[in-house]
Amino acid sequence: MDLLFRNVRELIELCENENKSISEVMIEQEILMTNRSREEIIEQMDKNLTVMEQAVERGLKGVKSVTGLTGGDSVLLQKYIEKGNTLSGELMLDAVSKAMATNEVNAAMGIICATPTAGSAGVVPGTLFAVKNKLNPTREQMIRYLFTAGAFGFVVANNASISGAAGGCQAEVGSAAGMAAAAIVEMAGGTPKQSAEAFAITLKNMLGLVCDPVAGLVEVPCVKRNAIGANNALIAADMALAGIESRIPCDEVIGAMFRIGQTMHPNLKETGRGGLAATPTGKAIAAKIFGA
Amino acid sequence: MKFTSVFDIIGPIMVGPSSSHTAGAVRIGKVARDLFGKKPTWAKIHLYGSFAETYRGHGTDVAIVGGLLNFDTFDTRIIDSFKHAKEENLQFEFIPETANKEHPNTARIVLGDEESELSIEAISIGGGKIEISEVNGFKLRLTGGMPTILVVHNDRAGCIANVANILAMHDVNIGHMEVSRIDRGSTALMVIEVDQNVDEKILTQISLIPNITKVSKINT
Repeated sequence: MDLLFRNVRELIELCENENKSISEVMIEQEILMTNRSREEIIEQMDKNLTVMEQAVERGLKGVKSVTGLTGGDSVLLQKYIEKGNTLSGELMLDAVSKAMATNEVNAAMGIICATPTAGSAGVVPGTLFAVKNKLNPTREQMIRYLFTAGAFGFVVANNASISGAAGGCQAEVGSAAGMAAAAIVEMAGGTPKQSAEAFAITLKNMLGLVCDPVAGLVEVPCVKRNAIGANNALIAADMALAGIESRIPCDEVIGAMFRIGQTMHPNLKETGRGGLAATPTGKAIAAKIFGA
Repeated sequence: MKFTSVFDIIGPIMVGPSSSHTAGAVRIGKVARDLFGKKPTWAKIHLYGSFAETYRGHGTDVAIVGGLLNFDTFDTRIIDSFKHAKEENLQFEFIPETANKEHPNTARIVLGDEESELSIEAISIGGGKIEISEVNGFKLRLTGGMPTILVVHNDRAGCIANVANILAMHDVNIGHMEVSRIDRGSTALMVIEVDQNVDEKILTQISLIPNITKVSKINT
């Protein structure tokens, strides 16, 4: 069975030639590849969306991870927003808070939807539920947001990697942030090409990001990296909607990310041996948790 | 193309904290259980690379045991799977290895009961997706994403045709098939990906064919 698109260039060409949105092409490819009906496919994505909503809701009530390293920061940020005196703006911080809420639930071994992975699960829903308050999308548009994000993640997963162990955090939160940026653009009425530009701009700014979880746990710095990923996605989406383009084409940025991941030292790829994990405090936390 | 569905990217719905180290690990355990075909009473779980370094923090250990108990990625019983294992009389041991494998997230599970045992090697390739790279010493490449039948047989003429005939009789279409053997004339393995889940009745019929020694399946 032939895929409708193998890279971003083919995806955008298809959208432009057939005057379709990225989410529509993704849905059509899913129908083709799995032989399932459109209704079934939409329904499954609707379920994922519900899980994302519930995770944010739960996180914003306040959770604590088993180790006590993470939890509750999303609540602090919501309280700060309520005071009405934010510097970077309500929508931006709302996205940050909801991204962290998701990852705090994840760290607490709660139920989440991986997007594209569990460690990077906060960015796509965090931005979605923040942008929702501004753009007032229908349920269908929110589901489409996830298909658009999925289309870009699909290309990255097949041409590079979405695994921190294989490519570092750039492959996880980097991919998630790019996916979110592309989806925001479509929801805000941008063109498929602008979605690709937003993806490229986002990922360029996350290249080289290592995966260095303290004690090997998906907590520090993962929760806050999702915060910054959400932030990055929103900025890149605004830039692309303003007409700014990436000088390096999207597929080449993805290729660069892949090669950077291959040359990255194993200590910096989810082994918990380098980076922040190897700092005195990082090591002390690991010793305290596992009794070194 | 390793990833064929949008739900490999947006999904799975799962218990945290890691799609590769938790959800992928549940799936590896579950595939081992499926291939074994019944509840194991013991399991030795060898972990390599990042799995070996971080398995406690990521809950890889409770995840694999959860999979061996037939739990899904979103089953919250995973958190207490050690307790459930005790209740179901499953004894297990984790062995972190220092050897380097081709992929950083590799697990090798040897499981069994009083009568038989099975070994599989599998990798978690990201986003909760897995590949099975070895079953009972046979090298293969299997995603577990399609319903699959595994047939261990003696390497004799006609075995493959006989199995295909039974599938045809039940209107089961073969999507992809691989055969590998340890040596000419010795033991061989058929890996058959089919379009729909097959029921036990068909597996029983296949197991009655001469020269067939074991039949198992992965349903999706």
